[in-house]
Amino acid sequence: MTTLFQQLINGLSLGSIYALLALGYTMVYGIIKLINFAHGDIYMLGAFWGYYTINYWHFNFIFALLSAMVVCAASGVIIEYFAYRPLRHAPRITALITAIGVSYFLENGMSYLYGADTRDFPQVIKQVNYSLWGVRVSNIQILILATACLLMILLQLIIKKTKMGRAMRAVSVDPDAAELVGININQTISFTFALGSSMAGAAGVLIGLYYNSIDPLMGMTPGIKAFVAAVVGGIGSVPGASLGGFLIGLLETAVQSVGLSAYKDAAVYLVLIIILLVLPSGIFGKNVKEKV
Amino acid sequence: MILKANWKYNLCWLILMVAGFYLMNTLILVGVINSFLENMMVTIGINIILAVGLNLVIGFAGQFSLGHAGFMAVGAYATAIIISKTPTAGAFYGSIIVGVIVAIVAALVVGIPTLRLRGDYLAIATMGAAEIIRIIINNLKITNGPSGMFNIPQFATWPVIYIMACVTTLIIVNFIHSRGGRAALAVREDEIAADSMGINVFKWKLAAFVLGAATAAVAGSMQASYLQTIAPSNFNIMESIAILIIVVLGGVGSITGSFVAAGILGVVDAALQSFGALRMVIYALVLILIMIFKPSGIMGATELSFKRLFNRKNKKQESGC
Repeated sequence: MTTLFQQLINGLSLGSIYALLALGYTMVYGIIKLINFAHGDIYMLGAFWGYYTINYWHFNFIFALLSAMVVCAASGVIIEYFAYRPLRHAPRITALITAIGVSYFLENGMSYLYGADTRDFPQVIKQVNYSLWGVRVSNIQILILATACLLMILLQLIIKKTKMGRAMRAVSVDPDAAELVGININQTISFTFALGSSMAGAAGVLIGLYYNSIDPLMGMTPGIKAFVAAVVGGIGSVPGASLGGFLIGLLETAVQSVGLSAYKDAAVYLVLIIILLVLPSGIFGKNVKEKV
Repeated sequence: MILKANWKYNLCWLILMVAGFYLMNTLILVGVINSFLENMMVTIGINIILAVGLNLVIGFAGQFSLGHAGFMAVGAYATAIIISKTPTAGAFYGSIIVGVIVAIVAALVVGIPTLRLRGDYLAIATMGAAEIIRIIINNLKITNGPSGMFNIPQFATWPVIYIMACVTTLIIVNFIHSRGGRAALAVREDEIAADSMGINVFKWKLAAFVLGAATAAVAGSMQASYLQTIAPSNFNIMESIAILIIVVLGGVGSITGSFVAAGILGVVDAALQSFGALRMVIYALVLILIMIFKPSGIMGATELSFKRLFNRKNKKQESGC
C-alpha cells in the first residue's frame, strides 16, 4: 500500500511536467493544426535560462521561474513569427517539417554555443523529505505539483474568462469566421504560442530542479511523450492534455515500479495505440462526423 | 497498347540506369570517386530506397506514416543476424527476403488496426508502433541489446545497392501506374468518393503501407551489410523524420523529387562534414529556409519525365515550322 502511494506521488510529479508540456502542444494544435515539434526544445531553453540566471545572476526560484516563462513566451512568439507564419496557408506537412527544422536548430544551436555535455542544475531550494504514513514526499515534488496545478488553473481561467481566451477558442473553431467578426488572427496565434511556451518554460525550470541535470537534447523525449499525452487526452482539448499528462506520468512510473523499466516507453506507446483504436480522437476529443 | 506507346520513354530510363551504373563504375576504377564519395553515393542510394517507399505511403496513398524506421530496423536486424551466423552471399540475399517477409508481417500487424485512423493520429500511432519495434529489439538477446551488432560481413557493395535502388523504384512506380496505384491515388484524393466508386479503401491503403514497409526492410538490409554495424538507436524517431524530410523536400507525390532531394541532402551532408558542430545548425537553417520559400518541395507534385521532354521538343519543332 505504501509503495502504491509512493509511486502515485512520483507519477503525479512526473505527470505534471508532461501535462504542462502537453498544454502547449494541444493549444497550438487546436489553433493552427500544427504539431509543434520545437515545443520540447522551448522547454530545454527554459531549463537553461533557469540554470544561467540562478548560477550567474543569483535569482531565487520564483524569479527564475517567472523570468523563464517570459523568455520562453518571447522565443515562442519569435519562432512563430519567423518560421510558421509564412507557412500559414502552405500544406500542413510543410509546416511540420519546418517545426522539425526549428527543433534541430534549437538543439544544435545550444549544443554549439554551450556544449553538449550534461550540467548540474543548481539546487536553489534545499530538498527536504517529509514522511507521511511511510510515504516519502519531498518539498520539490509538492512544489512541482502545486506550481503545475496553479498554472493549469490560471490557463483555464485565461481561456474561459478573458477576451483573448474567447478569441483563441473562436479561431480554433473557425479561423475565417473569427476573422470576419473582427478577431486579429495573427495576434491570437502569437498569444497562443506565448501561453504554451511559457508553460513549457516553467516545466523546464521545474524538471531541472527535480532531476538535477540538464542538457541541450533533454527536450526531445519528453516533448514526444507530452505530445502523446496530448493525443491521448484528445488533441485540442485543454483538460484532456492535463489528464493525458498525468496519465502518461502515472503509467510510466507504474511500469517502472514493476521492474519493466526497459519497456516503459513501449508501454506508453502501446496505451496510446489502444486508446486511439477505441477512441479515435482521444479521451476528450470531439468526434467530428464527416459530411459528404 | 500502353506498353507500345511508352516504350521510347521506358527505354530512355533503362539507358539512363545502365549508363549511370557504368559511369560510376568507370569513375571508381579511374579513381575520381574515392571511398568518401562512394560512401556518400551509397548513403544516397539507401535514402532513395527509403524515401521512394515512404513517398508511396504518404504521397500516393495519402497515409501519413511516421514509422518507416521501424520497418527498416526489421530488415537491418534480419540481415545482420543471418549473415553474422552464415556469412555467404546466398545467405545475404536470403536474409533480404526474410527481412521483407518479417517487415510485411509487422506492417500488417501495425497497419490493420491503425490505418483506420486519419492524418496526425495515424502519424503518431505509426510512430508509436515503430518505437515499440525498436524497444523490443533493444531488449532482445539475439539482437545484442542496446549496444547493437558489429562486424557484420559486407555483401552490400555499391553495385548491389545501386541495383536494389533501381529495382525497388521500378516496383513502386509500376505499382503506382497499376490499377492498385490508381485506387490508392483515389483514396488519397477523397476517401468517401473512392469508397462510393467501389474501391476497397482499406485494402489499397494497406497494400501501399505494406509495400512501403517491404522496401524499407530492403534498405535496412543494405545499410546493415554496408556499414557493418547497427544499433537500435539508429532506427529511432529521428531516422523516420529524416526520411520524411527527404520526401517533403523533394515534393510529396513526386518519385523523381525524392531522388533529387536524397541526392541534394547527401551532397550537402558530405559537404558540411568539415564544419563539425555547426553542421547541424546550418542543415536546420537550410531546411527551414527551403520550406518557407518553396513550401511544396523542390519538385512539387511533378515528375521529371522523358515524355514531357520529347513532347516539348516536338511542339517546338512544330511551332518552328
